[in-house]
Amino acid sequence: MNFEIILRSGLSTGTILIFASIGEILTELSGIQNLGVEGMMLVGAMAAFKTSLATGNPWIGLLVGIAAGGLLSLAHAVVTIHFQADQVVSGLSLTFLGTGLALVLGEGLTGQNAPLIPNVTIPLLSQIPWVGRVFFSDLNLLVYIGYLFIPLAWWYINKTRPGLHLRAVGEKPAAADSLGVNVYGTRYLYTFIGGCLAGLAGSSISIAISPGWYSSQTTSGQGWIAVALVIFAQWNPLRAALGGYLFGMLRRFMLDLQGPMLLFGAPNPFFYNHNLVFFLQMTPFLLTIIALVWGSAASRRQRIGAPAALGVPYVRGERD
Amino acid sequence: MEHNIPENQIAVEMRDIVLHFPGVVANDHVNFTLKRGEIHALLGENGAGKSTLMNILAGLYKPDSGMILINGEPVSFNSPRDAIAKGIGMVHQHFMLVPTLTVTENVLLGLNEPRFLMNLPEYDRKVAEIAESFGMKVDPTAKIWQLSVGEQQRVEILKALYRGAQILILDEPTAVLAPQEIQDLMKTMRLMVSEGKSIVFITHKLNEVMQVADRVTVLRKGKVTADGISVQDVTKEKLAELMVGRKVLFQLNKKPHTPGKVVLELQHVSALNNRGLPALKDVSLQVREGEILGIAGIAGNGQSELAEVITGLRACEGQVLINGKNVANQSPKTAIKQGTAHIPEDRTGVGTAPNLAITSNLIMKTYDSPPISENWHISYSAAQEFAANLKQQYEIQAPSVNTQVNKLSGGNLQKVILAREISSEPRLIIAVQPTRGLDVGAIEAIQNLLLEQREHNAAILLISEELDELLELSDRIAVIYEGELVGEFRTEEADLNTIGLMMTGALRSQV
Amino acid sequence: MSLPFSLQVEKRLDEPPRWLPVATSVGAIVLAFLISGVILLLIGGDPVKTFQYFYNAAFGSWGALSDVIVKATPLLLIGLGCGIAFRMKLWNIGAEGQFYIGAFCASLVPLVPLMNMETTPRAVVLLVMVLFGMIGGALYGFIPGFLKAKFNVSEIISTLMLNYVAVYWNNYWIYSTFSDAGFQMTPMFPKSAWLPRLADLTQQNRAFSGITLHLGVVFGLVAAVILTHVINHSRWGYEITLIGDNPKAAEYAGIDIKRNIILVFMLSGALAGLAGMSEVSGVVHRLQERISTNYGFSGVIVAWLAKLNPLATILVSFLFGALIVAGREIQPSGLYFLIQGTILFLVISSDVLLRYRIRFVRTSSEAA
Repeated sequence: MNFEIILRSGLSTGTILIFASIGEILTELSGIQNLGVEGMMLVGAMAAFKTSLATGNPWIGLLVGIAAGGLLSLAHAVVTIHFQADQVVSGLSLTFLGTGLALVLGEGLTGQNAPLIPNVTIPLLSQIPWVGRVFFSDLNLLVYIGYLFIPLAWWYINKTRPGLHLRAVGEKPAAADSLGVNVYGTRYLYTFIGGCLAGLAGSSISIAISPGWYSSQTTSGQGWIAVALVIFAQWNPLRAALGGYLFGMLRRFMLDLQGPMLLFGAPNPFFYNHNLVFFLQMTPFLLTIIALVWGSAASRRQRIGAPAALGVPYVRGERD
Repeated sequence: MEHNIPENQIAVEMRDIVLHFPGVVANDHVNFTLKRGEIHALLGENGAGKSTLMNILAGLYKPDSGMILINGEPVSFNSPRDAIAKGIGMVHQHFMLVPTLTVTENVLLGLNEPRFLMNLPEYDRKVAEIAESFGMKVDPTAKIWQLSVGEQQRVEILKALYRGAQILILDEPTAVLAPQEIQDLMKTMRLMVSEGKSIVFITHKLNEVMQVADRVTVLRKGKVTADGISVQDVTKEKLAELMVGRKVLFQLNKKPHTPGKVVLELQHVSALNNRGLPALKDVSLQVREGEILGIAGIAGNGQSELAEVITGLRACEGQVLINGKNVANQSPKTAIKQGTAHIPEDRTGVGTAPNLAITSNLIMKTYDSPPISENWHISYSAAQEFAANLKQQYEIQAPSVNTQVNKLSGGNLQKVILAREISSEPRLIIAVQPTRGLDVGAIEAIQNLLLEQREHNAAILLISEELDELLELSDRIAVIYEGELVGEFRTEEADLNTIGLMMTGALRSQV
Repeated sequence: MSLPFSLQVEKRLDEPPRWLPVATSVGAIVLAFLISGVILLLIGGDPVKTFQYFYNAAFGSWGALSDVIVKATPLLLIGLGCGIAFRMKLWNIGAEGQFYIGAFCASLVPLVPLMNMETTPRAVVLLVMVLFGMIGGALYGFIPGFLKAKFNVSEIISTLMLNYVAVYWNNYWIYSTFSDAGFQMTPMFPKSAWLPRLADLTQQNRAFSGITLHLGVVFGLVAAVILTHVINHSRWGYEITLIGDNPKAAEYAGIDIKRNIILVFMLSGALAGLAGMSEVSGVVHRLQERISTNYGFSGVIVAWLAKLNPLATILVSFLFGALIVAGREIQPSGLYFLIQGTILFLVISSDVLLRYRIRFVRTSSEAA
């Protein structure tokens, strides 16, 4: 078991979670809850893979994957913003829809090899002792994009005018509306961005970090973990990043636990009884629940929490 | 119209404005003229259409027909942005402030400058400067949730001033202020007017109209009954008649009544609010049967928490005794079983279930006892009968008892709540803001109901922000300030000035 | 350019007509089929043939009909469970997991075995299995209920996570302790652990030969009737409805919300657990890795489509059962998800018609 390998694996697989999670953070900050992330990720993964295979160009595949996620999220946006339907059920229905679409249109893709977004080593930075080897060498391009994306997202939300408007719309849309901020437009925009990022996350699985199309196993619940991460992160991209990378490391760690005959000097139970691995596989999901409990307690302590208008449709001039 | 005001002195003219909401005509061919540099009161009872008319002027609603002219120029607003661009600023009754953002961030919301990067310290300074110049004190870096209600109102006004508003609309601004603060506000208004601004002052309080306005327009049920008459040419009584459509007696049917034994007693009650800060500090009081104890105070001084600790919705230290039994820190059912009725502040959020029928709402307290329920069973036929009786008795206007309550008007909704609470022959009634937002007819009905219960020997704790109402209904009045009772006296001995001082913490009785 | 009239959307003032909710649900289903048909066309399939096949596969024979009811049974039970949870705005997406745990617990009876399978009367065995199934599901439902009541943890995510956990839990036992000679399933249950089927009566009536319809459907029907009564005529039903509509009002009326969150989740879980027992005892007769074709998620849609009405759930679960039977051999396999998702999406989109109505309004000449 090698800490460096676990860390690097965490950086890679964590990036997937982080794109999706920050996307959902943006959506929820505007007041819309989008539980369709898993479906959008899967659709994005399928679309990216299929397009890359068909065109031979992974970059076009990436774009199509992003667009696929975005398009699906528009359906959610229309139904929840304009029709004011229940956001939870709408999101769930889009998970089914997205999954169904992805499986149907992704028929026959399993086992194929599509052109991928390449791994890259950053010149100069990769020369830094240890840090360079771990963080800047031979990682997928999208991982580096993730590095930049995280602080950018934080800065955008907290230090810019669009970010101010975003936060206002999710917290008290009536106030924003009365000052001329376009509430509906803002919510549409960030729901769409969230969908695009979910599509990006999916694409980063199938044509970058864990290449291939494995039907619904491609995402295997990561979309849900990303949604849970949002709560754990208290709607802060930096914390979402922390959670995402940690989760990625956990996955690798669990994998590594299964292999060796000896574990920390003692016989490895997973090696001798392979069925125990099932318990290991439960861990990420149980940990997510624990993270949620922790997140809920923390938000009560610090009296921060979800955007106040999250999940509540906005109607101008509605009497209270 | 027939104003003989020179064209160049007219700041705003609204001609023949019509606006429909589903089922009601909110503004029915309304004409309104605002002179430059005047304070113009827009008077009417709740639901008359005053806020609606001004919401049109502020760009929140579009009229179905009619014309708006600003400084003689016809305009058409598609959103609040357009109105703001024409120099109109509205201070809403329910503040449009984002609690988690700072004062400056709220002021800057929706503006074009700064375009992208938010360099807050620079703008903090600007905001503080403007506030100073109009005699208002405010900390630009404070988050809104940290501010008092009066301070928040100042931020609302600041928002308009920062945008260079020349026409200011104040929607019921005094509802949340103590008497002294109201005077301060009026001073600020006169200051603004002397700088050339024009102010529309929406209110339903006749005293204020007489005190501060130059001219007044009266709306009733969406129509204009007095179009910009000078305040000097009119009396309070005439205004009331114009508001309501009939001669209004300022007398209620309050008979003398001797209170009996103590029903409600609070002993050294302390409680925290939702933010973990002390909301009630060592409060002790008594209410006897057949008496009304009024609690006066500005919103946010512990009234909500007071009602909640009595009705089992909030934890507290100390004892809350109803008929001798301590109900503190127990389920609301305990207080209910002691014969407590609670008319809550929040009718739609707490007092009713909006998507359920009138019947279901009426049985909220009686659903687990005969005749509506035997064992686990609920007889909806018995419930319907019960509901039909109450509907008739309390004159609740609705198509049927199966109508969803979110389709009812404010007044009828409150009647449902009252019917439910009072029909159970309560020994103790906790009434919080029972007449807020209702029209005069409904207000009278509800006040009379309370007086009736007083004669039936119920003990009533009346929490209200309307001092007039408290003075008219209560036998005794206590003043609450920052969670403490700072004064208590019989109503006959009450003096408005003293109460006002107590409400702002400037005075305490030497008890 | 201005039309003589315009479309105006306005909030409904009174109740929508009774037929409208039914119409929107039906319309959604029809539209979903149309859309799926289009997508089929796009990928080179033949929609007409496909749907014809659908129809035959589901309704073409008594055998098919029986299959449909068999598939509908777990959907009905889960749909009922989800329906009662949704009534209180508790989003139980964990029916899948509760189903698996219920199946597991019920299976313990013949697998351990917990009683003598040869001598104990069949009725007793089955009764104990029912109890175990329901208790197992209830306990598994307790977890998210407790987390929500105590810590306000989002039940959507906790139930979803627990779904995965339940499947892995099941797998462990199937692969190891209870494995049938190393295969990924348990040995077949002895006959006393089988729910009676119509096929058992083949001796009396030739027509019943091969008919797999089993007693489980009766559980479902009974549960639907009981739930209808509970919701419409009991105190608890009133409390649940009130909490679901406005928890603050319920609190103000003195109703214990936390207790009810846990109770309702346990009930919801118990019904899903019963579905699990019904499936392993009535259909597969063993515990194996895959005993659910996403019943848990389909149950959510069934409940929503039936607008949370228990009796309507019977109808809708039957329809979905038909979908599953017909879709069994249809390529591509994802079509099932697609149709389901589309139906749900369309149903919630159409809900807007229940709250708003569209009117044609003559624009007046003075309009600004």
